[in-house]
Amino acid sequence: MSGKLKFAFYWAASCGGCDVAVLDINEKILDVAELADIYLWPVALDFKYKDIEALEDGFLDVSFFNGAVRNSEQKEIAHLLRKKSKVMVAFGSCACFGGIPGLANLYSKEEILSTVYAETPSTVNPEKVIPRPRFSVQEGELTIPEFFTAVYKLADFVNVDYSLPGCPPPVSLIIKAVEAIAGGNLPPVGTVIAGEKTVCDTCKKKKDEKRVVEFKRPHEIIPDPEKCLLEQGIVCCGPGTRGGCGGRCMEANMPCRGCFGPNAGVPDQGAKIASAIASTVVSKSEEEMKRLAAQVADPAGTFYRFSLPDSLLRGKALRRVE
Amino acid sequence: MKTVGFEPRIVGILCNWCSYAGADLAGISRIKYPANIRILRVMCSGRVEPTFVLQAFASGADGVLVSGCHPGDCHYLEGNYKAFARKELLETLLEQMGIEKERFRLTWVSANEGELFARIVGEMVREIKKIGPFYLPKSWMHELQENKHGFHAEEKEAAVGGGVVER
Repeated sequence: MSGKLKFAFYWAASCGGCDVAVLDINEKILDVAELADIYLWPVALDFKYKDIEALEDGFLDVSFFNGAVRNSEQKEIAHLLRKKSKVMVAFGSCACFGGIPGLANLYSKEEILSTVYAETPSTVNPEKVIPRPRFSVQEGELTIPEFFTAVYKLADFVNVDYSLPGCPPPVSLIIKAVEAIAGGNLPPVGTVIAGEKTVCDTCKKKKDEKRVVEFKRPHEIIPDPEKCLLEQGIVCCGPGTRGGCGGRCMEANMPCRGCFGPNAGVPDQGAKIASAIASTVVSKSEEEMKRLAAQVADPAGTFYRFSLPDSLLRGKALRRVE
Repeated sequence: MKTVGFEPRIVGILCNWCSYAGADLAGISRIKYPANIRILRVMCSGRVEPTFVLQAFASGADGVLVSGCHPGDCHYLEGNYKAFARKELLETLLEQMGIEKERFRLTWVSANEGELFARIVGEMVREIKKIGPFYLPKSWMHELQENKHGFHAEEKEAAVGGGVVER
């Protein structure tokens, strides 16, 4: 590649942590500035969408898209950036699998709007006004982006070339990706820039027989830092989660939360974790198995913490009346 | 809910050694039971991952029946206990995902319980007919299909909003 690279960063339904992660590469950011011109970065720089629209198709080298797709504006920009970019990177767990915002798929749009705009104790809204995509006033019609009925991952809308998972993606992987782009030696399209083994496989804690006699939540015990957390009864998503993160959570004696999503070839992260957690219950008494299973708090929220829109059912099923 | 003339599709995942033989016995004994079940044979109920059950629902099943040997009778000694431990977690998960408990069952049927197998299938079909077909949200599919049209939001799509959820 000749000349400077052309990058765009975009945030959709996300917390902003991914953008901060870009800055977390510290002095390497100067190398990025040396290496590339930035054409869009809403969190840091003031560019307009129409500037991007005015570019030729395929003009940008790489777009880093973080956040899930929750409304029509985010969808529109996803399509726009796809059209204008040679390479599209789903940056962070939200873009890759829906992430934490994806847990909203356990509720309907109706329930969400009603909670946010009517039911929360701090809300005063006697007229029950909720956002509407179109509203007519004397001066004309006002429009805002439409709030979708569900949260989607980026790949539901556009072709994604590379996925860089993590909440946020660790600096080492960002640097790896940027260096690959700069050096022009990109991996095959579709590559997930992360490990190929599970978090559990790469975890340094001492593992013995996985047999849980009592499930605990992390705040209920101080676990032995040497031993496997799951063996100590803490629900850990490590057995069903892609590795490559460096195991920072386990180093801090916290269980894996599953932010790297399903491992290669796994269609449903939550089901895989459920299977792994259930296999630690070794008993022949149905009562005992029932008791232990009941100790696992919020299975859907725990096993699908980052990947609900990427799962087989995508969220809570709402049956349609025909 | 339109349930008139609704015939549920039930996926039956049966273990080779007991339940599949039980279903076979129901057949060769000419016991009548509803033809709503599609049977898959696995070597052991312990082989049935939660993924299989979710995949069945995602592919359009209205119900899933997993059946293995009675406790203590497992050909592999304790595969059915594993199935039971998974079932406990999976049931909570399915409930959270909005799938009624009638749609998923784990049962024990031995090789000589053809009649029991026929009864279980009959019960499931009856119960699922009552609650109706299983749908994944159509509005999601609608939003996803809309995407194929390119990057400018379509007029009609924007007109759908306003906090109204299609159920």
